[in-house]
Amino acid sequence: MDRIPILKMGDLLLVTIQVDMHDQLALRLQDDLTEQIRAISARGVLIDISGLDIVDSFIGRMISTIAGLASIMDARTVLVGMQPAVAITLVELGLTLPGVETALDVDRGMRLLRTPRDTP
Amino acid sequence: MAALQQSTLDAIRAEEAELLASWSANLDALGATRDVRINQQVVQQQTRQFLGLLVAAANTADATDIGAAAFADVRRFLEDLSRSRAQQGFDAQHTASFIFSLKRPLFALVQRLYRSDAEALASQVWAITELLDALGLHTVRTFQKSREDIIARQQEELLELSTPVVKLWDGVLALPMIGTLDSQRTQVVMESLLQRIVETGSETAIIDITGVPTVDTLVAQHLLKTVTAIRLMGADAIISGVRPQIAQTIVHLGLDLQGIVTKANLADALALALKRQGVSFERKS
Amino acid sequence: MIVRESGTHDVTAEQHVVLARQLVRRLAVQCGLRLVDQTKVVTAASELARNTVIYGGGGAMDWAILDRDGRTGLRLLFRDEGPGIPNLDLAMTDGWTSGSGLGLGLTGARRLVDEFELDSAPGAGTRVSIIKWT
Repeated sequence: MDRIPILKMGDLLLVTIQVDMHDQLALRLQDDLTEQIRAISARGVLIDISGLDIVDSFIGRMISTIAGLASIMDARTVLVGMQPAVAITLVELGLTLPGVETALDVDRGMRLLRTPRDTP
Repeated sequence: MAALQQSTLDAIRAEEAELLASWSANLDALGATRDVRINQQVVQQQTRQFLGLLVAAANTADATDIGAAAFADVRRFLEDLSRSRAQQGFDAQHTASFIFSLKRPLFALVQRLYRSDAEALASQVWAITELLDALGLHTVRTFQKSREDIIARQQEELLELSTPVVKLWDGVLALPMIGTLDSQRTQVVMESLLQRIVETGSETAIIDITGVPTVDTLVAQHLLKTVTAIRLMGADAIISGVRPQIAQTIVHLGLDLQGIVTKANLADALALALKRQGVSFERKS
Repeated sequence: MIVRESGTHDVTAEQHVVLARQLVRRLAVQCGLRLVDQTKVVTAASELARNTVIYGGGGAMDWAILDRDGRTGLRLLFRDEGPGIPNLDLAMTDGWTSGSGLGLGLTGARRLVDEFELDSAPGAGTRVSIIKWT
């Protein structure tokens, strides 16, 4: 059974999505991440989608769900590396990804997680 | 130009199946259908379509002038066909031979039809020849023109892509927008801004609209979409050059800028961007 | 309008949604669509293919590369013999939900393409046709 690997970095989790995921794989990732957040009491989850040239409503929903579940467990979710074409398409689709913070890359994502949320 | 008589057109319609079969056989002989790039069924469908359009056009008062309105559909079909084949790597001659291979089956048909009327036979053979030759010539001409149009369009796109996205500071890009923001051009320009944000890893983009005379709902919506996309990517945008009239328009139109910061001029926007980066300047007295 | 090339692809199982995305990407590149337009049509295809599998009980995607007035277009038709959509007007409103999730993705997909046609009724299956032009 194939799974997307989750990297543990202290109290942060990093997921790099590089394959075109079929729905089952995405749901498995959602479950695995939620389990890991709980297991290590993570305070942040970084999802790197710089390798994705498509994000449709299913994946978008998955990301929002992860952020929602993470939030319940007091962890923040940062989405990094979104490609321009994907960003434009998501805006057109009307997918807003509530509860998800964003950063240009993993480094900036980690920097973001070091500052309190909603710092101007 | 001689016209196709009603009796000829009726015969074409009546013997359509045999005519198409004969035409397809000619195309086969030319090797036109055996090419792997084209689907046999597609060609047959296209022969049927062309014959139908031709008969419909020739059945009107204007049947002697292929430039007339009656032949618009025929011309359009041929232009599309010629361009389609061009995209697949064929040349103009290919589509021309598509047309010319219809001659022999048509000649055979009128020979049978006007067996006992030499004058009618001659006029119809002449009419067929003139019509198909004119259409073949038209195809070759428009093929040339479409080649030139493609080159012109590519040149224009290259120009658009050389948009003035300026790096003002580490992590701060500026895009001065000039003139009316008509949809097509604006989209291309905004997309290249997003691309540059990723390439340079800049967290702030300043979109300067000083050079934009009016901001209407469409323009505002477009700016809003661009800023939303920028934020999804992990950066942020400041809109500068918002003159009082524009500010009024925005309020008047009831547009919700959703927390996008606007500044009256580029300098103020830059100051804010630098502040966000944690950069400060000191004057040496 | 000319059909330059055409074909069809099964959309009956979940893995077909990924395959459909990849096929549509290749076709979009072949048409000469710009990157953003490629992304839009592939995303729309993903939404509609998923609908076909999940709500339509499986079906097919017919594709065609078109030439019209100097532009090239990619046309996709998603069809199934499923239960059909009972209220088309409601289905085309933003935020309408059926089952779990954010809805049928129809309204979103519509915004991503140039031409959109929906034909469906209870007991009569569903056909969604979209075209993206260069």
